[in-house]
Amino acid sequence: MHRIKLTDHLILILGVLFLLLPIWVVFASSTHRPETLLADGLQFGFGDYFWETYSAVLFENTGFTQTVNAVLMLKNSLILGLGFSVGKILISTIAAYAIVYFRFPAGSFFFWIIFSSLLLPLEVRIIPSYEVVSKLGMLNSYTGLILPLIASATATFFFRQFYKSVPEEILEAARIDGAGPFRFFVDILLPLSKTMIAAIFIIMFVVGWNQYLWPILMTTDESYFTVVMGIKQILNDLEGNRIPQYNKALALSFLAMLPPVMVVLIFQRWFVKGLVESEK
Amino acid sequence: MKRQQFDSLTLPYLLIAPQLAIIFIFFVWPAAQAVYQSFMLEDPFGLASQFVGFDNFTEVVSNEHYARSALFTAIFSGLVAFLSMAIALLLAVKADGILHGQSAYKIMLTWVYAVAPAVAGMMGVFLFDRSIGPLNHLFNATGWPFNPQLDVFDASVTVILVSVWKQISVNFIYFLAGLQSIPRAVREAALIDCRNGFRRFWTVTLPLLAPTGFFVLVINITYAFFETFGVIDTMTRGAPGGGTATLVYKVYQDGFLGADIGGSSAQSVILMILVLGLTIVQFRVLEKRIHY
Repeated sequence: MHRIKLTDHLILILGVLFLLLPIWVVFASSTHRPETLLADGLQFGFGDYFWETYSAVLFENTGFTQTVNAVLMLKNSLILGLGFSVGKILISTIAAYAIVYFRFPAGSFFFWIIFSSLLLPLEVRIIPSYEVVSKLGMLNSYTGLILPLIASATATFFFRQFYKSVPEEILEAARIDGAGPFRFFVDILLPLSKTMIAAIFIIMFVVGWNQYLWPILMTTDESYFTVVMGIKQILNDLEGNRIPQYNKALALSFLAMLPPVMVVLIFQRWFVKGLVESEK
Repeated sequence: MKRQQFDSLTLPYLLIAPQLAIIFIFFVWPAAQAVYQSFMLEDPFGLASQFVGFDNFTEVVSNEHYARSALFTAIFSGLVAFLSMAIALLLAVKADGILHGQSAYKIMLTWVYAVAPAVAGMMGVFLFDRSIGPLNHLFNATGWPFNPQLDVFDASVTVILVSVWKQISVNFIYFLAGLQSIPRAVREAALIDCRNGFRRFWTVTLPLLAPTGFFVLVINITYAFFETFGVIDTMTRGAPGGGTATLVYKVYQDGFLGADIGGSSAQSVILMILVLGLTIVQFRVLEKRIHY
């Protein structure tokens, strides 16, 4: 019995190493000089040049126009992540409210239209989507970056499922007390959905932050680069040097994953709950 | 729907209007455009286009690059889904079984979820790099002349490894939740009836985990089809010779980089039909095969 448990731990430790070692190597190597990396390869130990690398990546301008740095790209990613998650929650809480709590003739028709948007991810309609956004004059803007991504109705579905699980008696009681649709939504339904909203917010923030394809299409202006797509774009610039600036590219990769990872770690419980609930 | 509902003539329309507006502008319109353009041939300058019927489709389907990409997508998706699910299931079963340190393992095994596919791809670029990548050195040291720039097999190995790595966390979360929702009484009964842990897993745990497993399978296929775009674009860009381009990557390559709007739209429509088909199968299976 005891021996079996030991192999269990061994398997788990191997799993943890497989997942975390690559991230550690990227971080450790980013604290070395590019000369060291070029001569000896990626490093497994922590180096002496943490501040040098990270302050250069964060604040020194680079890119084709020499106007982008990591602070700007992180800011754009934050705007995308927050805009995406907040926008989705605003729109989907009220749309799901209309679908579940109102009797209106076109309701089920609208529901099916919204449902159909779940079937076709943005990736299969990128070119026409790009054309639509460009016709609307939204290229190189935060609106053009965020709005089309909100079109998928995942969050509407989570909220619809959640509202349906709210007991009928609550609405009956609220109506007897004279609450109208607005009062009921603001004073009763929203407070009841607090943890659900928090969970979806975390998941959507990570999804928004991690967008790659859409920002590539939308942004030609470097001042709108997000950090996730920016790595690839400025990699050429970093590698164009006599000694490739691997350390900076590695630092940028690490910075790109740091905020969503922190969010997931800090709000671990809500995030797992949100993922698991969305399955139902 | 609720038995008790509000009656109002205008309010529900107002509430649903923002969602519908966004879906019409950024979903229905582009999707309709894709279907329309798949039947049109545009001249190279984008000035005129003419109706060509199913020409774009026959051209796409008979194209050997497309067939190759379809084959790669099938192998790639199958391997990514199978490997990441198998590893995650093993880890979830072990994490579920131990008493000490479970939450520590849980945290360490879940947070890779937050890493973007494109960032995972960038990490892969460094780890497999010819001059600085430790994995490249490791493979070479075992006598494998590893060269993902030239060899399709080696390039496929790199994108599959990175895609699997990125997906294990999500699968682990779902499998662990699925395992922990199996009632205590059932587990204890199984423990008394069947001493062999391996047999117990196959005959009791796995069938009870089937609904979760099917859901995770669907998620993984969707992931391998669509979300791995970031991995492929950062690591190989479909190279060498289009050998690692999935169908989704090809839509982007042909339409956006190659400016073949008609052909790319036809590919989009084929993908749409494929996804619709998968969804129908998904509902059928959910209804019939898997009992809750």
